[in-house]
Amino acid sequence: MQSTTRAFKANVRKAIVEPGLQKALGMMKTGFQVRRLAAVEKLPEFEQLRDQARDIKNHVLENLDFYLERFERKVTEAGGKVHWCRSAEEAREAILGICRGVGAKTVTKGKSMIAEEIALNDFLEEEGIEPIETDLGEYIIQLRGEPPSHIIAPAIHLNKTDVIDAFQKAHTHLDPNRPMEEPTALLEEARGVLRPKFLAADVGITGANFMIAETGSTIIVTNEGNGDLTQILPKAHVVLASLEKLVPTFEDAATILRLLARSATGQEFSVYTTVSTGPRRPDDLDGPAEFHVVLLDNGRSDILGTEFQDMLRCIRCSACLNHCPVYATVGGHAYGWVYPGPMGAVLTPTLIGIEESGHLPNASTFCGRCESVCPMRIPLPKMMRHWREREFERHLSPPSVRAGLAFWAWFAKRPRLYRLATGLAARLLGLFGRAHGRYGWLPLASGWTRGREFPAPEGQTFMSQWRKRSRA
Amino acid sequence: MALAQMPAASPRVGLFVTCLVDLMRPSVGFAAIRLLENAGCRVEVPETQTCCGQPAYNSGDRRDTRDIARSVVAAFAGYDYVVVPSGSCAGMIHEHYPALFADEPETLAKAQDLARRTHELTSFLVDVMKVERVGAAYSGTVTYHDSCSGLRELKVKRQPRRLLASVSGLTLKELPGAEICCGFGGTFCVKYPDISERMATEKADDIKATGADTLLAGDMGCLMNMAGKLQRQGSGVRVRHVAEVLAGVTDTPPIGEPKA
Repeated sequence: MQSTTRAFKANVRKAIVEPGLQKALGMMKTGFQVRRLAAVEKLPEFEQLRDQARDIKNHVLENLDFYLERFERKVTEAGGKVHWCRSAEEAREAILGICRGVGAKTVTKGKSMIAEEIALNDFLEEEGIEPIETDLGEYIIQLRGEPPSHIIAPAIHLNKTDVIDAFQKAHTHLDPNRPMEEPTALLEEARGVLRPKFLAADVGITGANFMIAETGSTIIVTNEGNGDLTQILPKAHVVLASLEKLVPTFEDAATILRLLARSATGQEFSVYTTVSTGPRRPDDLDGPAEFHVVLLDNGRSDILGTEFQDMLRCIRCSACLNHCPVYATVGGHAYGWVYPGPMGAVLTPTLIGIEESGHLPNASTFCGRCESVCPMRIPLPKMMRHWREREFERHLSPPSVRAGLAFWAWFAKRPRLYRLATGLAARLLGLFGRAHGRYGWLPLASGWTRGREFPAPEGQTFMSQWRKRSRA
Repeated sequence: MALAQMPAASPRVGLFVTCLVDLMRPSVGFAAIRLLENAGCRVEVPETQTCCGQPAYNSGDRRDTRDIARSVVAAFAGYDYVVVPSGSCAGMIHEHYPALFADEPETLAKAQDLARRTHELTSFLVDVMKVERVGAAYSGTVTYHDSCSGLRELKVKRQPRRLLASVSGLTLKELPGAEICCGFGGTFCVKYPDISERMATEKADDIKATGADTLLAGDMGCLMNMAGKLQRQGSGVRVRHVAEVLAGVTDTPPIGEPKA
């Protein structure tokens, strides 16, 4: 996917005046938060589970080579194949090879953010293979030709009328005057359109929420059942996953599963939790003839051992997005690439470079709500700050910011001069602002005063008054 | 309570004024001193303090941050406690200073020592000095915004409410979404003004919906942001630092208002 993160500020300006988006964001804000809190409060050991989950993933990351090799061995023993892919390009080629191998014309897809990361749909279309998204939200945005705006609710930026429009345009074989106002009608319609596609597909591609080293199994969690049809019906099932999805055992996966749905949607468990181990065995009723795991690195191993390693604990629950006031203001598309919100602000620079995505770790107030709800205890603000440090060291931050900062820091390190400067500023701003108590406009602070008044200082600094009192 | 946790009868407290209180609203500093003295503290104000270093720290400038932090560590050596009328600056010293000196054992020990002694004002009064009542009066309905750093880094939540409950004439009306950021975020408010301003609008709408006539909080940055937005909207809600009301020092005009 082509990134527009450099244009973040322009994206933001567009997003905040888009009434449809703002309406949709207003609806999502409270829903996720209220439901998560209710689910968490019902589970007394939630905080303890967070510690356990963090420790499980830390252990995996410290021993990643061991568990990856073990996972591959178990997949192979079960009759499947692991494709090691260093880059997006290698992953795309691996998937194309599998598709060619079974003569695929259509491919069904369960929801996968990794597929977005490697821009799989565009690639398959170029190669003459039709990809069909089967998650309802993904299907809607595929019809609209846009990327997801949220990692678990890809069409959260849309309202019902947008969906009706998209279906009217795409499903031209249906009566144009059919009733579409009821959400269930839209659901039925999508189901009717997708059902034959499931049956026609030659390859089914899903993501993975977990890869289990002890058995070579993969797990996906869904609420629609589309993932099951995607992976069971076609000739080949491709699991597309990044390497940090690994856990040692089923029990470890079960521990993290107890956190995942609660943190994401406030459910105790997703409707479907589906385990895949190898292709169809002789006595299985159904299942794919081929089972492939396309294992993607794409820069992740580069952050092992760095200050960003903790990010690889992320389980893509979206709690950080759902509680982020910046995400709630601008929506997911403004971030300009695959992963929005706080997790995206940390992950995106590792994947496409800080030069490209410098805005993302800066567009945070460090309010800390993301970290407070992260089930994996990822210190997201701290890592955003680390990105800012890397930017600063490499002189990537804007010259005006650097100059302002240098000017201020020079004074802050010289208390006597600092007193003179602040004393003067306080007196001047206090004097000219005295009549109104505030400023409607201030030079060099137009960003503030465009939408807010700037209070006038009282007039004399605390330190100068304190000194006078102490002498008196 | 363990003996070691007992505050000295008359502890020596260094006041970290914070740059915004120093520059914008000295009355908050004097209110803090009154509250501390009423609680039995001997208050001193080290002259070499300037700022805690957050603007540099959150801009990725670690070297300047460390230089500034080093001088704060030196300025506040020897006090029983260091008290800050800001959750964000107290959080900086308490949570982040030690992390800055991981590779400098000598300063690290001093930074850790300072971190242990440093408290946000209302939590210091309640948790350390065991203050249960302040002898102040304020007639009006107030609502309270929990500033992010104080809330999440230092767990400041019940302490200001506990003290406000003892102010005669004051009614507290809780603010829905009190734990959601107001959009200030230090340099964020000028780096991303469009987002900041929109967040402030939502906050102002929530504040007005409470029907309270006064908004209180414990951090000047957030207060200036919220006051600025409320006033731009033409709202008459008065905005003050919580220390002013607790100390009964409300003869100065509210933030952003002219002298009567």
